[in-house]
Amino acid sequence: MTDAAAPAVSFRNVARLYGEVRAADDLSFDIGDGEFFALLGPSGSGKTTCLRLIAGFEQPTSGDIRVHGKPMAGVPPYERDVNTVFQDYALFPHMSVGENVAYGLMIRKVPKAEREKQAEAMLEMVALAGLGGRRPSQLSGGQRQRVALARALINRPSVLLLDEPLGALDLKLREQMQVELKAIQRQVGITFIYVTHDQGEALSMSDRIAVFNKGRIEQIGSPTDVYEHPATAFVAGFVGVSNLVDGAAAAAITGMAQAFTIRPEKILMAAAGCGVPADCLAADGTIESVLYLGSSTRYNVALARGGELTVIDQNRESPAADGWRRQGGAVRLVWQREHIQRIAADGGR
Amino acid sequence: MAAAAETAPAGRSGLGSLSTFLYLRPRLVLTLLLVPPLLWLGVIYLGSLFALLAQSLFHIDDFTGLVVHEPGLQTYAELFTPANIDIITRTVVMAALVTIICGAIAFPLAYYMARYTSTHSKAIFYIAVMLPLWSNYLVRVYSWKLILAKEGVITWLFNLVGLGSVLDWILALPVIGGPSLSVSYIGTCITFVYIWLPYMVLPVEAALERVPRSFIEASADLGAHPGETFRRIILPLAIPGVAAGSIFTFSLTLGDYIIPQLVGSSRPFIGMAVYGLQGTAGNIPMAAAFAIVPIVVMGVYLTIAKRFGAFDAL
Repeated sequence: MTDAAAPAVSFRNVARLYGEVRAADDLSFDIGDGEFFALLGPSGSGKTTCLRLIAGFEQPTSGDIRVHGKPMAGVPPYERDVNTVFQDYALFPHMSVGENVAYGLMIRKVPKAEREKQAEAMLEMVALAGLGGRRPSQLSGGQRQRVALARALINRPSVLLLDEPLGALDLKLREQMQVELKAIQRQVGITFIYVTHDQGEALSMSDRIAVFNKGRIEQIGSPTDVYEHPATAFVAGFVGVSNLVDGAAAAAITGMAQAFTIRPEKILMAAAGCGVPADCLAADGTIESVLYLGSSTRYNVALARGGELTVIDQNRESPAADGWRRQGGAVRLVWQREHIQRIAADGGR
Repeated sequence: MAAAAETAPAGRSGLGSLSTFLYLRPRLVLTLLLVPPLLWLGVIYLGSLFALLAQSLFHIDDFTGLVVHEPGLQTYAELFTPANIDIITRTVVMAALVTIICGAIAFPLAYYMARYTSTHSKAIFYIAVMLPLWSNYLVRVYSWKLILAKEGVITWLFNLVGLGSVLDWILALPVIGGPSLSVSYIGTCITFVYIWLPYMVLPVEAALERVPRSFIEASADLGAHPGETFRRIILPLAIPGVAAGSIFTFSLTLGDYIIPQLVGSSRPFIGMAVYGLQGTAGNIPMAAAFAIVPIVVMGVYLTIAKRFGAFDAL
């Protein structure tokens, strides 16, 4: 039945059409067993459709989806070894927290005493021990999120799907839950497939990231890969700050007409006219705007040869130390040749 | 004008300063808003109701036919004669049947409206459900009298498809049958169901609409078959709507005195008894005692519904 060597989830030429709209277009990829895999993209890019196809809430228009080698065509959600944490948590309001968590066990006719024991153990794992008697409406947003997680994990699925699970939480709680989710994933060893539009979340938690755009995957790779070596202009712009230089400006800097990107923190901003080491590239410009961010300062620099670059400068010293670090100041931007990433002109298509 | 507005915001027109005065005194606004409806509810509505019910403690003098203004339970003793208990049983059973049939018809309709219609087709459904309420109640009841009559369209339709003997068999059944549908309990029940159905559809639809799609998906995701999802998620969450609808259909049937008079076997219901007692018979105490019955029955009904958890999901 299930093949141990097969990937946890595999897509082969999967498409999902809504009338003329291609929500998912010719997707092919494999997700390894035990992997923390993020589907990253803007809203409407097809990442949630992809998740719903795995869960079985929707069927692909064409193509083949397998979970642990088992074809999923025509298999309804209730017969799939996959569970979901919903964006709105979807906790049943007429049941207590404990009954919500034990719902999957109740459906599988596990005796009451046994399922209460397991539900309590699950609640303990998500740090909600003793809250089983409450109603979901009596919990805070962060606590509901944990209940949804416990409920989805109690059936011990082979794959857990998470649909923007931290989207409704405030920043501090979100950061805390990122750490906890990662820890829980390591503890249970289940494949996590995680939909998010937050690049920071995807970078910090995932083993691999698939970047979605307009129903297609632009790039699949490790967080370092996707960030340091974006395959397309879209990836470069969506993950991190876009710093795309093309046309005449690119030719003037690198000597080649091909467009390239450079990450803002790789750039050293120096006073105009300073020397450039042999393995470095440089461009002259004027500071257009200064955005003080506390730990760093963000400068937008208009290049003399056309185009614009963003520079993020760590505030090791007081930012006003140099007179030219102000709006209208003339600067020279310097970075190592190896840090640029060349991009195909049409964005990789 | 512009200059005046600029110089003195405090010196605005009388209406403007009244707004400011009220804005700064929310408690006064609340009092002004609440006093008229509370007066209506407390004095005119509940007051007259209690005045009526107080009448039931008086009794009528058998010889003179005059009301004796001495409090006592004599009228209630007369209320529980076998003939009157018949009337009460008949009405309560009819109300229960009408409620059950309304629920059975309304639920699938409301489910379809809440889950499968687009905004546009939902509006059409709403109009279709409420359209009967726009026409006169008496006209609709008389229409049903004609539809159900022996020469009416239902008998004609049964004969047309060769099922006339089935209709005859149904009408030959004891108690619920009769010479024709329009003079049988079946006819009364059909008319009641038709008239009160919108009051069941609308609350049930509203309750089902509040069940988000993600609940149904989450239930399926956790391994529940569609039947189980319906039983454990959709139905419990829709029950408050069904309870609200049943309060309408049940209490409206308990109190109605026109339908059983026009369509049916002319055996009396509570409403008809009250109508007859306070009018021709002039027995206000007994009419008031009868009027207590639906109130008590509804109280019992709501208590049972609450005991079964009908309002837990509210």
